[in-house]
Amino acid sequence: MNAMPPLQKQRKLSLKERYAHLTRDLGWETTYQPMDKVFPYVAYEGIKIHDWDAWEDPFRLTMDAYWKYQAEKERKLYAVIESFAQNNGHLNITDARYVNALKLFLTGVSPLEYSAHRGYAHVGRHFVGAGPRIACQMQAIDELRHAQTQIHTMSHYNKFFDGLHDARHMHDRVWYLSVPKSFFEDACTAGPFEFLTAISFSFEYVLTNLLFVPFMSGAAYNGDMATVTFGFSAQSDEARHMTLGLEIIKFMLEQDEGNVPIVQRWIDKWFWRGYRLLSLVSMMMDYMLPKRIMSWAESWEMYFEQAGDALFEDLSRYGIRKPKYHEVAAKEKHRLSHEVWSIFYNYTQAAAFHTWLPSEEEMTWLSAKYPDTFDKYYRPRFKAWSEMAAEGKRFYNQTLPQLCTTCQIPMGFTEPDDPTTICFRSAEYKGERYHFCSDGCKDIFCHEPEKYVQSWLPVHQIYMGNCGGAEVKDVLAWYHLNFGVDNFDYEGSPDQKLWDEWQAQKAANPV
Amino acid sequence: MSKVSITLQNTDDGRQIVDAIVSDNPAAEVSRMPALTKIDCEGRLCLKRETIEERLGRSFDLQELQLSLISLAGNVDEDDDSFTLAWEAGPATKNA
Ligand SMILES: [Fe+2]
Ligand SMILES: [Fe+2]
Repeated sequence: MNAMPPLQKQRKLSLKERYAHLTRDLGWETTYQPMDKVFPYVAYEGIKIHDWDAWEDPFRLTMDAYWKYQAEKERKLYAVIESFAQNNGHLNITDARYVNALKLFLTGVSPLEYSAHRGYAHVGRHFVGAGPRIACQMQAIDELRHAQTQIHTMSHYNKFFDGLHDARHMHDRVWYLSVPKSFFEDACTAGPFEFLTAISFSFEYVLTNLLFVPFMSGAAYNGDMATVTFGFSAQSDEARHMTLGLEIIKFMLEQDEGNVPIVQRWIDKWFWRGYRLLSLVSMMMDYMLPKRIMSWAESWEMYFEQAGDALFEDLSRYGIRKPKYHEVAAKEKHRLSHEVWSIFYNYTQAAAFHTWLPSEEEMTWLSAKYPDTFDKYYRPRFKAWSEMAAEGKRFYNQTLPQLCTTCQIPMGFTEPDDPTTICFRSAEYKGERYHFCSDGCKDIFCHEPEKYVQSWLPVHQIYMGNCGGAEVKDVLAWYHLNFGVDNFDYEGSPDQKLWDEWQAQKAANPV
Repeated sequence: MSKVSITLQNTDDGRQIVDAIVSDNPAAEVSRMPALTKIDCEGRLCLKRETIEERLGRSFDLQELQLSLISLAGNVDEDDDSFTLAWEAGPATKNA
């Protein structure tokens, strides 16, 4: 008898080969229509690409692996969300004040995830090369997942706490939410290369660590296992997104020397836009986490100054330098969170979350973390406000604030070299005067005035009568905010009442 | 020189991966925070599939890292056997 021929074992394809098969022939030259009609947005920004195939995803993620791992992430996440709901996990957080950080997250950040989904779906259609196109399309799906899982997770809190009932609507209308909304709309209305520089590089690579890493670790520290789980589930995609950000920058810089100054200007612009947006995160970290892990200043040092030094040193070989005004951010790091929290304390009557003055213990922590500024500038302010409140004269700012035309934040930031003087800048364009919080915001406006004169500034819109009426109550109704429930101080809020009842029950029935 | 960095979740797999990284990269500095571990290393950091498999006691596809990763800093290069983060020294190389 003849022996059976040995089974011809099929060689498993390597990762590199699988990725080559995935992208093979996906970037063909079109013939029915000219390339510039099929890809109408790739040239007008001035970026020159000579070889689209030079771009390759360093993770070399293929579709089958993508679906497999994303499905696994979802299974893990939903197991946690369900057990959190079944075990009334909201009872185990450190303090109900913490939930106000989630309110800001759901109304300010989660809608950005959805905007990111739309943005990446758009640019994923418009790049010529198969590598960036696939990476953008995967990211578009990731971002949709982030929006959905965040809404799903926080829906549990919505059953018990106020201010979480209409995040999408609020995102489009509430005054401080125009800060994140306009940031993303600015990016989505730019060309595809600027969009990736803005979101993939400046935001995802350089800045989002500050939101998703120390803040999420803080969520865990405060007993919110649901949020830390969606945070890290989203962040596990982020490593891939960050890599896309770094790769696209290197790709543009390597393709043509003429791209360098264009990319540098975008890095300058989007660093400053992103940094201003993150001032909201500075306040979440220093004021809204009842138990704190690290201060804003420490996070800035770890995630921007140290990590950024390494990154920009690497990019210096292409002729790229650190973003303009990074030294202003360094000067501001010891005051940013205090200035922003003060703005919200001023306007608590118009916010969709509660505010409070830090307790004595919290102020001790703040003085230790901010030895040069806290006791000198902010403790006296909080002391004065708390004395006023004790006399029944809680301070409310009754005048609507002037907003920066670029970042749309009230003009509450101080001069880079003088923390006691508000920083005002202005510029004239076609006979109108526009106002800015900083040189960074002014520069951005002056480079593209036609874009920013169209800004939908909430305060201007209220004065023009476009926001439901002339009284605070009318405007809040138009925001879908419940007056006397969602707004004002935590002290005396329905949230506090409910939380105190739960604590009393817990004390009465120890497990 | 500058540091590359990788941050992993404090999960069962995550802890084993951290141990594997530390044994393969003696210069790695480990910081543990609630729910996450951050590892920094001068210049370059390499994760080897084999070492992770030894720790986990099962076969491991490096793309499974996607499940435990939180953040990273450095240029990525991944193939079937290793995952490398590095800041390259030297002049920019033009792509052909
Ligand atoms: Fe996202
Ligand atoms: Fe501004």
